[in-house]
Amino acid sequence: MSQELIISGSPHIHTRDSVDRRMWNVVIALLPALAVALWVFGLSALWITLLAVGACMATEWIIERYCFRRPCTLTNGSAIITGLLLAFNLPNILPWWMVIIGAVVAIGIGKMSFGGLGCNIWNPALVGRVFLLLSFPAAMTTWDPAVSSGLMQAVHTGASGVDAETGATLLATLKNSGHAIDMSRVDWLTLGIGDMNGSLGEVGSLAILIGLVWMLITRVITWHIPVAVLGSAALLSWATGANPGLELLAGGLMLGAVFMATDYVTSPMTHWGQIIYGVLIGVLTIIIRRWGAYPEGVSFAILLGNSVTPLINKYCRPRRFGMRKIRKEVAA
Amino acid sequence: MKTFTFRKGGIHPPQCKNTAEMPITPAPQAPLLTLLLSQSIGAPSKPVVKPGDKVAAGQPIAEPGGFVGAWVHSPCAGTVKKIETVRTPQGYPAEALTIERDPQSTEVFSYPPMNPADASSEDLVARVREAGIVGLGGATFPTSVKLTPPKGMTPRCVILNGAECEPYLTCDDRLMREHAPEIAEGAFCLMRAVGVRHCYIGIEDNKPEAIAAMREAASQYSGMEVCVLRAKYPQGGEKQLIAAILGREVPSGALPVSVGAVVDNVATAFAVQQAVVLGKPLTGRVLTITGEGALNPGNYYVELGTPLTSLLQTDERVDKIIGGGPMMGRAMSNLDTPTTKGLSGVLTMCLGSMPDIQPCIRCGACYSACPMGLEPMLLARQSENSDWEYAARSGVMDCIECGSCAYTCPSNRRLLDWIRYSKTQVRKLKS
Amino acid sequence: MTTFWLTILILGVTGLLAAVVLYAVAKKFYVYEDPRIAEVEELLPGANCGGCGFKGCHDFATACATATSLEGLNCPGAGKGGMDAIGILLGMTVTAGIRKVATLTCSGGCAKRPLVNKFSGPASCSIEASVYSGETLCAYGCLGGGDCVRACPHGAMHINPETLLPEVDSARCTGCGVCVKACPRSLMRLSEVPQSYHTVVRVACANHDRGPAAMKACEVSCIGCGKCKKACENGAISIDRFCASIDPTICNRCGACVEVCPRQTILVKQIAEFQRQ
Repeated sequence: MSQELIISGSPHIHTRDSVDRRMWNVVIALLPALAVALWVFGLSALWITLLAVGACMATEWIIERYCFRRPCTLTNGSAIITGLLLAFNLPNILPWWMVIIGAVVAIGIGKMSFGGLGCNIWNPALVGRVFLLLSFPAAMTTWDPAVSSGLMQAVHTGASGVDAETGATLLATLKNSGHAIDMSRVDWLTLGIGDMNGSLGEVGSLAILIGLVWMLITRVITWHIPVAVLGSAALLSWATGANPGLELLAGGLMLGAVFMATDYVTSPMTHWGQIIYGVLIGVLTIIIRRWGAYPEGVSFAILLGNSVTPLINKYCRPRRFGMRKIRKEVAA
Repeated sequence: MKTFTFRKGGIHPPQCKNTAEMPITPAPQAPLLTLLLSQSIGAPSKPVVKPGDKVAAGQPIAEPGGFVGAWVHSPCAGTVKKIETVRTPQGYPAEALTIERDPQSTEVFSYPPMNPADASSEDLVARVREAGIVGLGGATFPTSVKLTPPKGMTPRCVILNGAECEPYLTCDDRLMREHAPEIAEGAFCLMRAVGVRHCYIGIEDNKPEAIAAMREAASQYSGMEVCVLRAKYPQGGEKQLIAAILGREVPSGALPVSVGAVVDNVATAFAVQQAVVLGKPLTGRVLTITGEGALNPGNYYVELGTPLTSLLQTDERVDKIIGGGPMMGRAMSNLDTPTTKGLSGVLTMCLGSMPDIQPCIRCGACYSACPMGLEPMLLARQSENSDWEYAARSGVMDCIECGSCAYTCPSNRRLLDWIRYSKTQVRKLKS
Repeated sequence: MTTFWLTILILGVTGLLAAVVLYAVAKKFYVYEDPRIAEVEELLPGANCGGCGFKGCHDFATACATATSLEGLNCPGAGKGGMDAIGILLGMTVTAGIRKVATLTCSGGCAKRPLVNKFSGPASCSIEASVYSGETLCAYGCLGGGDCVRACPHGAMHINPETLLPEVDSARCTGCGVCVKACPRSLMRLSEVPQSYHTVVRVACANHDRGPAAMKACEVSCIGCGKCKKACENGAISIDRFCASIDPTICNRCGACVEVCPRQTILVKQIAEFQRQ
């Protein structure tokens, strides 16, 4: 034995799991949706994605290096995820400088101003997205008129009393038509594959589900949040007379439920807390879509869900061993 | 086959029980034995011999320093050399007696053998105490104290802990395979000492040979039963074992006897059998030498006080040596130290480097892993902020220090280090 | 026009109501506090260090304001000037308290004590001490984790980058004793500094090992040789388990022990005049 002995407190072995492994698995899970975006929107999707990811990484690097003066944390992949998710929430024809503003806000304000990875209250990508949506409402809701699939035309011509303009998302069409479109014209397979207009990442619902399966297999996330969000949203939309399938597949709900609501940092810790949080997001999404001014409500719903996460954490504590109930005084 | 387990939390670390097929062999006898006076929880023992005294093998050489304390016996015949200050494996000074072996002397000291079937409970407990028996699983709590339940509490069963859920360690497994009848008889002694009719022997399902051997041995006694446990860490934790077998949770802050259980390790039961039936005090134990860097892995019967340097042969690459298992064992800084009653294994590791500590991402992995339903991330944060009152309210004292949280943390945060610190501070605050 | 007047009316009434409620509540829940307590508190450092023996600065101020004599009441953080000001404010005479300064009972910097292993864990002395005896062979010495530096409420401590030992800035040290509690090895000790002296002579070692072991562990360890004890004319030095200690109340700062010490373990520390921050 020639080495210097290392001393540390127990335990002395460690799982092979790591933050890096988890983050890179999320990146892998995002790839199918990216592929669909490339197929639907062409090279402009790649451009927006690279721009957002690059700007996010650059912002993180600069802030870590010059403001926090601590070792660079880019290799853990969290900035890449933020960049990808931000790009997935943008239309493909957004001007390049808006993408950069979104990325700087997402990382700089959404994440770094709270202290970096693990400290933020809200999902950084959504902070960036909502900032852009409120600052540039027109640009953020202008969709590429060139993207016009058979599905969109079918729905548009079927929507009675609506100007069948191209370059609108399915949800906007739904909202404008007062949810009176001819369901028989909706081709579910095309809808699932995602051949339609919208934000980059939200169109390919099936691809997102493939990502979900990957994350479940690699145990990056548990089923609780996605199932709670999608289940509650489907149930509420069914109860209010809408088509649950359309609500789940047509907008960003799938993307939000699988990739954004499940962000570790901003979601509750216990499984029960996660279910409450998921149901809250699902219900809020449908309420905003139904009765709010926006055709899309997932971003706001998730940010609101993030805001109550500390509260949920406080009341949904694990049941302590040897305690009949969670004692009230502990929560206080 | 019905398997038992506890419901909350737990992890599945790699087993690495590489030495499971290696029979117990006696370790070479060292010419000089060093017996620490504080080998058990409680006050250090007080020497009852002087330097220069001749002692027989098994002769008591130090008496308990208090009610919670244990006798220490000489493992060999020889001469007491001196009482000196040595270093513990963690480098702290401790008092010890050194005994020089006399190879010519065959003098043996033993207690009169007893028949457990007709000995009284008091006699059995007294024998366990005078034989210096402590919990051999690693906690080193004096067994005689455990067998004397506080007033108003009536034990209903004895649970024998053969779970051995720590990775790498195989000493209990081998002991059960090779000495099942003795362990069963020891369990019978414990049942008689506590005055109960039932005994459950919990063994994890990754030790089928041990289960078969113990089943056969237990069938000789009425009320003794082997319970097969699902392999999951920390199945061998006292509270988890009781929850698995009896389906009852020991209330927070209470002793296991409050749900009617007295839990002892199988190695302790073996030592009890030796003390009662053969009259032999505790002077040795089985320990596992294992790990990537051990050149002589195996299960050894060692005399207490044997220096580790004479037992262990290590590889060049070894950079961490642990006394006990990898989950709860303590890293050693000093190898010039003797074996003690609580040392169940020596694990040599070749780590190379330690992974970086990253910020907590609040993934909740530690919440799911904690077998006590605590919030390790929160407790660690409270400890970092020195908020001891909040930590006490959050149940930090319920922590069994199993290490599941720190094992499972993807950010590799040293959660248990902070929680353990918090426990010492809360204990200080209370007193 | 109606809207205009209506708005003014509604807002005016609301404002009036709010004022009445605020006034009533303020009257009902008014608690009288001696205004001198706040004035005394103004003169205190506000670090809540506990050096005065009270829980915090407010408790001390209350005690001063309600006391009939300031005897025994002393805020080390306010210094002599601060205490005099409190005395003038309350119209009482101040009896000077004996100044205390924290000193480190270890001088084994990293050049003096060879490292024999590596600790991997949180940078906290308390945690390191609970795991094992430390990276050197000395089981008594400073671990250098800086628990005392983090605990100091007056910013009077820092880790010397060369020796990696904590150092006390005596001009800032109030002798509150927070560092004494923070050190898991009890190496921070308070030395009384009577008015007539500006130095503290101390044995900067707490190693209770026998000579050879102590020598192996550290170049500047006390080996309990007893030369200092013989050299001391006043009998201020005692040796307990191979480690000498000096009673500062008997010591007359002659420096005889410093000269005879073969291990350079006895150090003279200059104590600067306390400066209130």
